[in-house]
Amino acid sequence: MEVAGFLAAAAEIFGGSIPGFWPIVGLSLGVTLTAVALAALIGMPAGALLAVSRFPGRTILIVTINALMGLPPVVAGLLIFLLLSRSGPLGFFGWLFTPKAMILAQVVLVLPIVVALTRQTIEDLWREYAEHLASLDLTGIRAVPTLLWEARFSLLTGLLAGFGRASAEVGAVLIVGGNIVGHTRTMTTAIALETSKGDLPLALGLGAALLVLTLGLNILAFGVGRVGARNAG
Amino acid sequence: MHGPTSIMPLRVEGLSFEVNGRRLLTEVDLTLDRGGVVALVGPNGAGKSLFLRLCHGLLTPSAGAVRWGDGDGRRAGVKAHAMVFQKPVMLRRSVGANLTHALAAAGHGRAARRRRVEEALVRFRLDHLADRPARVLSGGEQQRLAIARAWALDVETLFLDEPTSQLDPAATRAIEETIVMLEGEGRTIVLATHDLAQARRLARRVLFVLGGRIHEDAPAAAFFTEPKTPEGIAFLAGDLLA
Amino acid sequence: MNHFTRRTLLAIACLVASPIGAEAQSPAPAATIVVASTTSTQDSGLFEYILPIFTKKTGIAVKVIAQGTGQALDTGRRGDADVVFVHAKAAEEKFLAEGFSEARRPVMYNDFVLVGPKSDPAGVAGGKDIAAALAAIVAKKAPFVSRGDKSGTHMAELALWKSAGIDLAAARADWYREIGQGMGATLNTASAMNGYALTDRGTWLGFKNRGDLVIAVEGDRRLFNQYGVMAVSAKKFPHVKTREAESFVNWLTGSEGQKAIADHKIGGEQLFFPNADQPGA
Repeated sequence: MEVAGFLAAAAEIFGGSIPGFWPIVGLSLGVTLTAVALAALIGMPAGALLAVSRFPGRTILIVTINALMGLPPVVAGLLIFLLLSRSGPLGFFGWLFTPKAMILAQVVLVLPIVVALTRQTIEDLWREYAEHLASLDLTGIRAVPTLLWEARFSLLTGLLAGFGRASAEVGAVLIVGGNIVGHTRTMTTAIALETSKGDLPLALGLGAALLVLTLGLNILAFGVGRVGARNAG
Repeated sequence: MHGPTSIMPLRVEGLSFEVNGRRLLTEVDLTLDRGGVVALVGPNGAGKSLFLRLCHGLLTPSAGAVRWGDGDGRRAGVKAHAMVFQKPVMLRRSVGANLTHALAAAGHGRAARRRRVEEALVRFRLDHLADRPARVLSGGEQQRLAIARAWALDVETLFLDEPTSQLDPAATRAIEETIVMLEGEGRTIVLATHDLAQARRLARRVLFVLGGRIHEDAPAAAFFTEPKTPEGIAFLAGDLLA
Repeated sequence: MNHFTRRTLLAIACLVASPIGAEAQSPAPAATIVVASTTSTQDSGLFEYILPIFTKKTGIAVKVIAQGTGQALDTGRRGDADVVFVHAKAAEEKFLAEGFSEARRPVMYNDFVLVGPKSDPAGVAGGKDIAAALAAIVAKKAPFVSRGDKSGTHMAELALWKSAGIDLAAARADWYREIGQGMGATLNTASAMNGYALTDRGTWLGFKNRGDLVIAVEGDRRLFNQYGVMAVSAKKFPHVKTREAESFVNWLTGSEGQKAIADHKIGGEQLFFPNADQPGA
């Protein structure tokens, strides 16, 4: 790989002279942020509830969720594919090869991370807060909103981990999205495509762009966490 | 101050608590009337905190019962007693927001919350700290905030668990003034302390706890001048009690 | 639920709502059809050239899923595409016989080329006889990279071994590398290990990481590669957009589509040769 070729490709990409680059970035971010937000909406309350409740089978459930954090993306992709295929049980949605399918696949990938990290964080916090909240009659599900808000900065880290997994992922979105140009082509599937076309500088340039975006988001989240934590003590 | 209806008296009947077969509190029977400061004294591990938690409903008794005068210790469904812990939990938000949270949990509306928070901040001299993160306050300020939080809820009875054990003399004095103020408002204070001088300064009635039993239950003056039991005598003399 | 429960939920809801809005931004044209096609047509840039012409004329947007031929046919079999546009006649006729489409129409052909390293360990460079070249590769045990993914190119490759009289099952050994991936990945692999590979000319022309690879054998009639198009049967899948699908098929095989195909060039070279008018192709 020539450095010059890579630099030229990177300059072209960021200079906007490659048509369709920014839509790809927009779609990637849109899909992944939506997936992470949905996973947060479902996973954070679920994880918190799991942390503060006791029921038979709880340990098995926790171990299962922890294991699902390592679910191979292609497997997740395949399952969603079979579900959403016209011949599958959810085929009538007509979601296959649309951004909706990609969001669904990424939610499946991110949800276990969000649930597991939330559960861990809230359980630690719960040890400190339980008596005070019980004193205020906030027990069980009534304690969840307070605990989530108190853990907000730690949870942000968990969401970042989820974002990382979703945005870096190629197998699942390729299978369920179909890598359709202008419609379901994301940064990672575009990288896979350019690699297969042998255009390694362009693939690497796209990779660099993805890195820059991820880095930027992490810096942002880190800054928010830092400032927020200082202000909240 | 709460009109004719009161959650007091608090009747404790045959109250026992055990963990894994170990008895930590044994058959406590007593009645706490409305008003005044009642001090629970005794060495560490005597069962003082445990007693407060059982009364406050944080723990379920192994035997016996805690009965409030009005039935459930609530007014309009909201707990009318509060507890301030030895190490109070400070939420990761501002001093003002810590007060707001407690009021919201008790179901107060927005306007009532704002008014009550304002009053609490002024009364407990925390108004200059209102926007400060609660967790960076000094120990004394945190304890004051914790009491302010209970006061804001306008509870009738407060359980205070060693509120000054980790404070310097100046902060301790400030808390004691606060307790006198709360008593002056007609509230009932149940204060667990191992500081005999504090109990002497504040309490009207003293419960001497040792080994999970109430050994003496007497007016403060009587307990401090002529304790009835050998254990009481030894404790007041400062002798080590196992 | 109390006040701050509602407030927290509201905050999370706002957080969620913002990116969802961004997702629904692509404006929907009158209609959209899904075409399951092959990596070779996509990688050669054919669709990028001809589809805008079609969409402009008809208002029908076309979403292309680029897969191997076998996979593309399966996508049609599950009802996940409205049209399949692939290149493996026998497999297409099976699809037809199974009732997944009412009719197959020939569209165009391109050709395969055998590429290999400049050093030419099998001594086949410049030849016109693909069967002889394959026999030489077997004899020299020169590295050969196969798609191995049931794609049209893979099926064509297997047919070529057969027509050369080579029993691949018996002859294959370490020299025969089946990677189970697309055309581009196969060329990358061949380039990295200085092996031979069979590729369609379009992908080859568009491929940028050639290393030492050059064309070794081309021009043999047996290397011609016919593409066919089929609309997925509405009898099997009532949800397919038959009208739009038929419109696409008719345009592709009509004079305008045929001209667009002929006009698509890379570096001045025509990649696909329209032959919709040639019965039996």
